[in-house]
Amino acid sequence: MKRISLAVLAFLTLSATTAVAESVITITDAKAFETAPSAMAGGGFMQITNTGTTDDRLVGVEADFPRVEIHTTEFTDGVAKMMHIDGIDVPAGETVVLEPGALHVMFMGLQGDPLEEGETVPATLIFEQAGEVEVLFNVVKRDMAAHSN
Amino acid sequence: MKAVIFGTTTLAAAAAIGTYTWQSQNAMPNPCGDTAVAGSAIGGPFELVSETGETVTDTDVITKPTLVYFGYTFCPDVCPLDSARNAQAAYMLEEQGLDLGTIFISVDPQRDTVEVVRDFTDNFHEDMIGLTGTPEQVKAASQAYKTYYRAQDDDPEFYLVDHSTQTYLMFPETGFKTFFRRDNTPEQVAEISACFINQLS
Repeated sequence: MKRISLAVLAFLTLSATTAVAESVITITDAKAFETAPSAMAGGGFMQITNTGTTDDRLVGVEADFPRVEIHTTEFTDGVAKMMHIDGIDVPAGETVVLEPGALHVMFMGLQGDPLEEGETVPATLIFEQAGEVEVLFNVVKRDMAAHSN
Repeated sequence: MKAVIFGTTTLAAAAAIGTYTWQSQNAMPNPCGDTAVAGSAIGGPFELVSETGETVTDTDVITKPTLVYFGYTFCPDVCPLDSARNAQAAYMLEEQGLDLGTIFISVDPQRDTVEVVRDFTDNFHEDMIGLTGTPEQVKAASQAYKTYYRAQDDDPEFYLVDHSTQTYLMFPETGFKTFFRRDNTPEQVAEISACFINQLS
């Protein structure tokens, strides 16, 4: 019985890898930092891995806020410039990291309803190839020791 | 036209920082690390509005060695990181028995009300002072500290603000001591600040 299962599994795996090229997206460590009570915006961070065989691109994020955008931050001569970008490329076989000081999802219009530790923020990521991917951002305390560059 | 203005201002800011670096390299080396002799060039009098809604001046809020940072709270990313770093440096020095203040000055007075700035700073350190003010007050303070900021005008409510990210170490009587870039760690900020505090006490 076990032998048969393994054989079936092997067949299925083979089928999957020989099928048409596809994008397989996995989201890990989706988190947002808690905000002050009167904060107007919060940031979402995560790792996006494409284990498929086709390049993909994150083109949108939907969540229950007045506005949600994908942003990046650039530094020039000590000046931080945060910018709205249209999407994030996630090439086949690669992992793209959204982390503080760089790429992030920005949840805007929190007024009166801050992000609190222990909450989760449900969101839908929209990829060009993989389509919609549901994700839960865990709201965590800001790690004071993790000051990144 | 706007792009031209932006470029010029950035260059000016870069030139200003470059000048301080140059001065620090050509001056007598300070054992505490990179510093500028022409300290009077950064800082000076300002008038802003405190977390309690009172109008305060620089001498009201810089009453001890203090880290001064300009940012805005509608900024989920860079400003909290830098503010948390400064707060952490202050906590580190507290453990060594040294008193280091922290100040956050908003460059987004339109959205950063007294309450918003107070909540934002309390999140990092119970003693962090949050300051905001009228657009004129904020502009004057920013100019005194040679910082740059510019609101992107693409949206009336959800606009972003480009801004300088350096943190200044200021002393009550003698003013500017040094500045920290945003890639300085909490440990570096604490160590260099402690050096200046010990040197002058």
